[in-house]
Amino acid sequence: MKINKQNKIIAGLAVATLILIVRLFVIQILDDSYKIDASNNSMVYSTIYPTRGIIYDRNGKILVGNKVAYDILVTPKEVSEFDTLSLSAALGVTPEFIKDKMDEYYRDRRKIGYQSVVMLKQLPPETYMRFAELAYKFPGFRGQPRSIRQYPYNAGGNLLGYVSEVDSRYIKAHNDEYKAGDYAGMTGIEATCEQYLKGEKGYKIYLRDSRNRIESSYRDGEMDKEAIPGKDIVTTIDAELQNYGQALMQNKVGSLVAIEPSTGEVLALISSPGIDVDVLADIGRHYSQIASDPLKPMFNRAVQASYPPGSVFKLVNALIGLQEGVVTPQSEFPCHLGYRYGNRKMACHSHRSPLDMEESIMMSCNAYYCYVFRSLLEDSGNGSVSQALAVWDEYVSSFGFGHRLGSDFPSELGGDIPTPALYDRMYGKGRWKATNIISLSIGQGEIGCTPLHLANLCAIMANRGYYYIPHIIKESDGVEIDPKYRERHYTMVDTSYFHTVVNGMYRAVNSGYGSGATASIAAVDGLDICGKTGTAQNPHGDDNSVFICFAPKDDPKIAVAAYIEHGSFGARWAAPIASLLVEKYLNREIGSSREALEKRMMEGVLLDKVNDR
Amino acid sequence: MNSYRENSFLKSIDWSLVVTYLLLVLIGWVNIYASVHSSEPASIFDFSCRSGKQFVWIVSALGIATAILFIINPRAWESLSPLIYAATILLLVAVIFLGVEVKGSRSWFEFGPVRFQPAEISKIATSLLLATVMSQNGYRLTTPRNFILTALIILIPMAIIVAQSETGSALVYVGFVFMLYREGLSGWILFMIGMAILLFVLTLTASPYVSMLVLMGVASLCCALESGNMKKWAKVILPIMVFLSFVPALIKWGSGLLENPEDLTGNVKPMYFFAMTAVIGIFFYAYRAYRDRSLFKWGAIASFITGILFVLSVDFLFNDVLQDHQRKRIEVLLGLKDDPSGVGYNVNQSMIAIGSGGFTGKGFLHGTQTTYGFVPEQSTDFIFCTIGEEWGFVGAAAVILLYAFLIGRILHDAERSREAFTRIYGYCVACCIFMHLFINIGMTMGLVPVIGIPLPLLSYGGSSLWSFTAMIFIFIALDRHEKRYL
Repeated sequence: MKINKQNKIIAGLAVATLILIVRLFVIQILDDSYKIDASNNSMVYSTIYPTRGIIYDRNGKILVGNKVAYDILVTPKEVSEFDTLSLSAALGVTPEFIKDKMDEYYRDRRKIGYQSVVMLKQLPPETYMRFAELAYKFPGFRGQPRSIRQYPYNAGGNLLGYVSEVDSRYIKAHNDEYKAGDYAGMTGIEATCEQYLKGEKGYKIYLRDSRNRIESSYRDGEMDKEAIPGKDIVTTIDAELQNYGQALMQNKVGSLVAIEPSTGEVLALISSPGIDVDVLADIGRHYSQIASDPLKPMFNRAVQASYPPGSVFKLVNALIGLQEGVVTPQSEFPCHLGYRYGNRKMACHSHRSPLDMEESIMMSCNAYYCYVFRSLLEDSGNGSVSQALAVWDEYVSSFGFGHRLGSDFPSELGGDIPTPALYDRMYGKGRWKATNIISLSIGQGEIGCTPLHLANLCAIMANRGYYYIPHIIKESDGVEIDPKYRERHYTMVDTSYFHTVVNGMYRAVNSGYGSGATASIAAVDGLDICGKTGTAQNPHGDDNSVFICFAPKDDPKIAVAAYIEHGSFGARWAAPIASLLVEKYLNREIGSSREALEKRMMEGVLLDKVNDR
Repeated sequence: MNSYRENSFLKSIDWSLVVTYLLLVLIGWVNIYASVHSSEPASIFDFSCRSGKQFVWIVSALGIATAILFIINPRAWESLSPLIYAATILLLVAVIFLGVEVKGSRSWFEFGPVRFQPAEISKIATSLLLATVMSQNGYRLTTPRNFILTALIILIPMAIIVAQSETGSALVYVGFVFMLYREGLSGWILFMIGMAILLFVLTLTASPYVSMLVLMGVASLCCALESGNMKKWAKVILPIMVFLSFVPALIKWGSGLLENPEDLTGNVKPMYFFAMTAVIGIFFYAYRAYRDRSLFKWGAIASFITGILFVLSVDFLFNDVLQDHQRKRIEVLLGLKDDPSGVGYNVNQSMIAIGSGGFTGKGFLHGTQTTYGFVPEQSTDFIFCTIGEEWGFVGAAAVILLYAFLIGRILHDAERSREAFTRIYGYCVACCIFMHLFINIGMTMGLVPVIGIPLPLLSYGGSSLWSFTAMIFIFIALDRHEKRYL
């Protein structure tokens, strides 16, 4: 064959043909990537959503369960003409809603393609049944069952937290573990136990034939994945007690925390005002209303609000005093309506004088603790006042104050105990004395703690010197808890010193009216409640009413802290409420003699005392 | 006598061309049916859908073919060609003012339900006139007068079509260079067109520096090959080229040693070295060209300088002359930008469709990609995807080979003919089909930027089918006419 132009052209044609065929060979045979993409396009993955784990209380009652609801999905490409009116009637929406949606899908038709989109979410089964009967009239519309949360008890509220659809920020923050349309726990137990509760999504693969019909399941379902239901969570909460506590706390602002001292398990944790479970189930609709409520129902006061502990804190000072040897149980100090230092005076209420330590707790004498605290700082042999305060700080810290306890509540607050450095800043270095900070003796001043801290203090008293970190999740099948929750944490005060202080608490409740005891109202026959009142100053209005108590005195089963904002004296609101909770827990009912008190507590309204700051 | 004539008439037709034509049309029709076959399947004859309409086009196209074969005297084409050409040019201009706008270009006439694109017949008209002019006695392409005349015949319709914003259709006319090559055009022209495309791509993907280096290498290598000085080239020019190619890296390395890297990178540019070498080189070669009286070397120097200017203007051409959508298509093709949902969408989906076909394909009507609306324009410009997906490598390669056979057979027949008119016309037809084939199929497989031109005979559409039918059957008629007198 000659190499002339004619043959060169033929050769060129052959080369060009070869290029096309080689390219064809590469993309059809050699390169797998195009096939994978194609299978994405022609297989339909239908997501199977797992049922979320159930949340139980400590007695096996269901706090949070599941019920079925239906999402209505639309595949716009499959929709043919339909009667808008009858569809809207079946779904319980306005015809305009459907028209708007269909217009929207038409606008986005290129983006949607052959996919399905969610038109309506969480229809109750009754509505869905109405639709399902007529579904044959509406090609392209179908229902997808999905489980949503159900709350058999009105117990827990914001403690349990809510579940809602994930947004793009949430998806990003969780490394794309979630996809749009998934639900996740956002607050409370739902959030902290998300990894257990969520379960694993499954899917079914269908093949779509060339006529856009779902033809069959792919490889007879061999490649399908079952959804794995979420793990159940057992909480330490006592549903009935929680429910009862919520009833007691209604129309009051504050917290009520109950702990089982022998384990650190939280029996009830109420922050008031809270969120009712029926609001929780439909959080989306109420969210803006909740968020704008000046009383902040989303705010979990029990672990997130810092308050001065008030006179309850005298217990701590008494114990430190005993340990440091600046007082003995028999030490007596005088009090004539207060404690004078320089030309100032720390006031006290009227009671007989002098008092020993047990009596000082029983009657909550302010002066007694000024003596104790001052000797702690000045005569304990721990060096200067500043150095002595540092030692005192260590003691207080060993009672759990001033730092996060490490509970399994999200965003627990640490509280504050004042360091010498703080006063150096406030007064200048070396320019402050014991008398400047004397309020610390009675739990006022620069000290802040959460109601959980107080409940923990109460558990320490009940245990005579140690605590378990309060926690709300119980170990159960497949759910492990941190071993730290099984460790005893001892205070720096020898357990032998607790005897006297506990006796004081016992006498504060059980000495009878007229004895001068502060908490007689909390006494319940046969329960041997030990308690301590507190009246913490509140710069925003009336004093806060504080009470901690545990019972029975020997072998304590429950330790309670009640903190009622603007509740005046500890004995006015906090003591009755806390004692009712104890009585309910130990006796399972309220004695007839205390029914009137219970009624008064439940009906009491303190909200009007709360100014909106 | 009568029976002898009749027999001869039918026998002298190149039936292999006719059969190939019919096969391609049939394949097109079946695949148009497959690609519009969606959730509500209809009969292939359903006139409300494209396969039904295509049937009408096919029947009418066969009518045209018959008329051309049996009624029109083949000799008439030569004498009518200036008239046809003039009428076509008129139509091409008229459509700019009277046509309807389709996807941003005014290139269609609309008569009721029928649309018709004059650009389609202009290919035939141009081919006929080219054949007429170039087959005149004493015509020589190399004389300036004839060359300019020939160029004008091609460039006038091309320019008008560009003015209609149908750049894709205009690109087909570039294919006529192959015919010109056959008729005496220097192979260097083809080579330079190839170089220009290479430089354009290199400048955009690598850098102007790289592309200039390549130009320098190729130009000097051609000179060396022409004068047989390969050894000298390898000893002198090659080391210089290697040094130049390392200059950017050297400057980068050098700047790392300095305290203030800006001093070196800011003041010393690789381009300075290149410019120096180029200027010295040009003077050296100019001296040699003068000494040897070598026209080739003068040509090489001129081409080199033109090439440098071209590289320097690539940026301008790309950013200011090309339209937005054209620029984007090139960017996507060269991988400069990834845009799977925008411009890249078509190509990506079409490659997925073809790729998913595998060796034997998914079977007729069982494609999921093409019948399912993933590939746009699937019955017109992207019809090849349906073939690739449903018939696999076997079917798609067969279609390509069928085209190759059609083109090759036309070339073969053209070469055999005694008349220059038939030969030139045949080459024109082959070039047009080849350009359509390569651009269209290359586009669906990501080899060529997205250029919206149909696949001849296969794509849906009456005016394209009619004009290719006419084009091919005019050639068959001419060919038959010659054979009758063998």
